[in-house]
Amino acid sequence: MGARVTTSSLTLLVGLAALSLYALAFGQISLSFGDALSALAGLQGDELVSQIVLDIRLPRVLTAIIAGGALGIAGVLMQALFRNPVADAWSLGLLAGGQLGVALTVTAAAFAGPAAVSFLTVFSGPSITVAAAIGVALTAVFMLALGRKIGAITLLVVGLMIGFTAQGVTSVLLHFAARAGGRVYGGWSDASFAGVEAANLPWLAAPVLGGIALAVFTAKPLTSLLLGETYAKSLGVKVSSLRWLALAATVALVAPVVAFCGPVSFIGLIAPHFARALAGSARILPLLPLAALGGALLALMGDVIVHAPWEQHFLHLNAILAMVGAPIVILILVYSPTVKGWR
Amino acid sequence: MLRLTKLGAGYDRNAPPVVGPIDLDAAPGEFICILGRNGAGKSTLMRTIAGLQPAMSGEVELDGQAIDNMRGANRAQLIAVVLTERTFSPGLRVDDVVMLGRQPFTGWQDALTAEDLNICEDALSQASASDFRGRFFDDLSDGERQRVMIARAIAQTPRLMVLDEITAFLDLPGRVEVMSLLRRQARARGLCVLLSSHDLDLSLELADRIWLLDGAGGVSCGTPAELIEAGAIGRAFDTPEVTFSSVRRRFELAGP
Repeated sequence: MGARVTTSSLTLLVGLAALSLYALAFGQISLSFGDALSALAGLQGDELVSQIVLDIRLPRVLTAIIAGGALGIAGVLMQALFRNPVADAWSLGLLAGGQLGVALTVTAAAFAGPAAVSFLTVFSGPSITVAAAIGVALTAVFMLALGRKIGAITLLVVGLMIGFTAQGVTSVLLHFAARAGGRVYGGWSDASFAGVEAANLPWLAAPVLGGIALAVFTAKPLTSLLLGETYAKSLGVKVSSLRWLALAATVALVAPVVAFCGPVSFIGLIAPHFARALAGSARILPLLPLAALGGALLALMGDVIVHAPWEQHFLHLNAILAMVGAPIVILILVYSPTVKGWR
Repeated sequence: MLRLTKLGAGYDRNAPPVVGPIDLDAAPGEFICILGRNGAGKSTLMRTIAGLQPAMSGEVELDGQAIDNMRGANRAQLIAVVLTERTFSPGLRVDDVVMLGRQPFTGWQDALTAEDLNICEDALSQASASDFRGRFFDDLSDGERQRVMIARAIAQTPRLMVLDEITAFLDLPGRVEVMSLLRRQARARGLCVLLSSHDLDLSLELADRIWLLDGAGGVSCGTPAELIEAGAIGRAFDTPEVTFSSVRRRFELAGP
């Protein structure tokens, strides 16, 4: 089992490195791999090439990798926590909850006056992350409580509906917030990895790293939760504190992603399934690197397609993720032995 | 080895306990069946003994240690639990389930040593579940799942095994197989096995001792022969329609 995880991880890592290099080199302006590499190494003589690679493409590629990885790991945690094969931050409405949190904060600031708006603008990185975290956490707690009452597939439908509702409210709120002069953060009802400035990358990466650490720490007890609460308890696990820890990890992983990239769909839902297939196991710890790398790879693939040199910029990230992700979810729901018992 | 002292099991400290207060003990190697009608408190008693819920009064001691005072991981090294509830889990394999039995013994990474893996493999073969390796746990039939869960309990190398109505979904050969497997385990490993069951005939046949819950909080304890002799089975189970015949060792319809 260990060998399988190592081989798969290394393969994914090589794939991710290759795709990253491709993403740095190709786009509206095509560069050679050599140019891209020398720019990365800081040896590029051409100022413009260096700017394209380091200032424009690198933050986008890093954002896609961090966000995709975070969503993949969060998907593993949530599927174990909810014991639900179609749980993930997007499908259960956590991302939409986070968006709503940001929208409410921005709106409140807009109506509170220019001082509040300028505070938000100056500290936009941390403040929208915190606002998103509150929204994500509240939604997660609500869905966990609901998940104890209704079945896995019903919970999925409810999660998607909550997503629609929160997104509707978000767009209305942001419209009025913009009119009131508080245009701090207007432009994301669609997901994108392109909007993160290099200066904000640490605000994206730091909580994600914290979330990964927590995920590694909770991996062992979470594995026992796969058999249900009573068995987990009989194996010596304190289930309630485990639940809070896993929830905190999920929030730390997901909140910065929704704050900076919007509601990135499907990645967190399907990456854990790939990870389990590659590992041939459902034990949580080996799944974490596989789901992280798989999620990052999926995210970067989507981003590369969005930013391919099309005649004009027309593709949205979520359109691509939906075209790839939705059929996979359908296949999982209909055929996968891993959802037997939920059908 | 297992000692219940004035144990009261239930859910409400202010109400009288569902079962108890009772004083009972069990020796290593003993295979004990817990019998009683629905609602007599079999599961409540077993959950309390397994440390899954606190005792309302009195205490449960295993090898001289009070179970309520044990830390979770320590308790899990001594007591293995198998339940009747069907659990589903995405992508969980038979191997994963059995390896969970070693979790109370592993470090924070849950890394398994060669020794741990040997124990798991041995447990699977003891439970005749080796053929299921690599399969999805959710794909197994009820009987196969119970065998895997028992293998997991064996892999936990416990002193006490608590199994709650695990034969409920099995057909007769399956029930016989599981119960004799448990009896063999008790003998071979010197562990104490507590099995609650609705299967009166088989329990009377295979158990070393019976704990019989009368439904009013009381428990009679004895060998099957003693309990039948004393008429305790009939007192616990008889209804106007069926009565237990001590002579034929089975229930009979009340004749017209």
